[in-house]
Amino acid sequence: MRKRKAALEQLMRMVFLLCGIVSVAFVLLISVYLIIAGLPAIREIGLWKFLFGTKWAPTFSEPAYGILPFILTSIYGTAGAALLGVPLGVLTAVFLAKAAPPRAASLLHTAVELLAGIPSVVYGLVGMILLVPAIQRLFGLSSGACLLAAILVLAVMILPSIVSVSENALRAVPEEYEQASLALGATGTETWFRVSLPAAKSGVAASIVLGLGRAIGEAMAIIMVSGNVANMPGLFRSVRFLTTAVASEMSYAAVGSLQRQALFSIGLVLFLFIMLLNAFLNLVIKKGGGRR
Amino acid sequence: MKDTGMAKRLARDRARRGLLYFCAGLTCCILLTMIGEILYRGLGSLTWKLVSTQSSYLRNTIGILPNILNTLYIIFVALVIALPVGVGAAVYLTEYAASKRLVRVIEFATETLTGIPSILFGLVGMLVFLQLLGLQEGILAGGLTLVVMILPTIIRTTQESLKTVPDAWREGALALGAGKWRVVRTVVLPNAMDGILTGCILAAGRIVGESAALLFTAGFGFVLNDFAGSLQSSSATLTVALYVYASERGETGVAFAIACLLLLLTLLLNLAADRAAKKFKNREAPVCRKS
Repeated sequence: MRKRKAALEQLMRMVFLLCGIVSVAFVLLISVYLIIAGLPAIREIGLWKFLFGTKWAPTFSEPAYGILPFILTSIYGTAGAALLGVPLGVLTAVFLAKAAPPRAASLLHTAVELLAGIPSVVYGLVGMILLVPAIQRLFGLSSGACLLAAILVLAVMILPSIVSVSENALRAVPEEYEQASLALGATGTETWFRVSLPAAKSGVAASIVLGLGRAIGEAMAIIMVSGNVANMPGLFRSVRFLTTAVASEMSYAAVGSLQRQALFSIGLVLFLFIMLLNAFLNLVIKKGGGRR
Repeated sequence: MKDTGMAKRLARDRARRGLLYFCAGLTCCILLTMIGEILYRGLGSLTWKLVSTQSSYLRNTIGILPNILNTLYIIFVALVIALPVGVGAAVYLTEYAASKRLVRVIEFATETLTGIPSILFGLVGMLVFLQLLGLQEGILAGGLTLVVMILPTIIRTTQESLKTVPDAWREGALALGAGKWRVVRTVVLPNAMDGILTGCILAAGRIVGESAALLFTAGFGFVLNDFAGSLQSSSATLTVALYVYASERGETGVAFAIACLLLLLTLLLNLAADRAAKKFKNREAPVCRKS
């Protein structure tokens, strides 16, 4: 009886250990698979020509596999979204955490949470119906589906994560800091901007990197508003991102073709981008953690 | 001199305050436009006929019942697999793990999984489940891909709620002679139920909103299937259907109707998650299951 019980205990320990290791296995599996699938095309095309080639034309009689347009579009798009979304998000967070009357704060907070949960295709749809025609009319373009539309959609999409994470960080600032500042005669906003925000900077930074990660990895929302042509990026040009390049061509690239393999290589490049961003995030958080 | 300095500061204070109100107002406007637009354009097309039939080329009608069912099927498949594994992982991390190093490695892996874009899950899911394991495009391959995606959510929320179970309860059970597994089964898990539930709801929310990971794994099929049939045949969920209707078929009315439905689902899931989370904050007395 006792022996059986001990055996059961041992067994369950193993089962739980296995469950724990599953996520490590998944990460390894994903990394290994992306590398295995992504390397052949890079080797065939040549790393330099692949990364810095400015022409993507896999179906031409003289195919070209340069993904610089995608890389630059992804970087510009993410940077543009951050430029618009970060100030708006952080300032909204300051409002929510410090300036807002409690009822307005809780209402806006619920709203932001709802915004965070809305599927990305819905953002794409609203962008497609509202933004794209508006941009077309406003700037007199032949088509409003361009990098600017994608940037605006991404900026709205990253807003909720920036607001909620920054808000939490701002609320966690010890009240004594703010009281001391007020007691020294600082006004309310002077306190929030010069005491609270610097004290919460690691959390705010984390929220920004989180938003950047969301922006660079998004595919479906921007495929609907960016026009999806492999141009070098320009604000009013129809463009294609790293993510949308994979999403739009995978379904018709023939199995085993160089085009399909090149799409996997794009996936690998995207993966490396995200890993770099994550490493940066960890660095930021660790630095912030050591402060207190 | 001093007074003008003070006046300047007060003016600046007002200006900054104005900026804060402006930003919050702008965020509010964006949100209201989104929701207003979805409801305004979607509610009109959201008819009973649309949600209760399947599309027919012969009669030239559109129905999204298959997509609604596919979404439910895929939530079920993904949760049935991810739930035991995720909860098990959380139990290992909080109850069993002896080596801090292993805990760090597992937590790092979970964080990494959270950050990977969904299109990459779709790519690897296609490579592993379709090409390597030879599954057909369908709910099974899509669900398995989503398991990897939602695992971190379930692990994290379960872990949080396991941490709130007081050590005294564990020690009490151990002192009565229970083994570790029995403590986990009868004391720890029953008291963490609400947290596990929250994790499930959050995970369901992620699945409902997911599209990029499903394009190449669950596919674009619009045919009505029963559960068993959908596992191995191409099945579009609501989000994928929205994408197809909006960008390939130009049916924006249908797309907005689906958006309406998704908005409603998101709202419901948010409310449910809030409810569950509140409940597990109010824990007072231990729930004990008889073994």
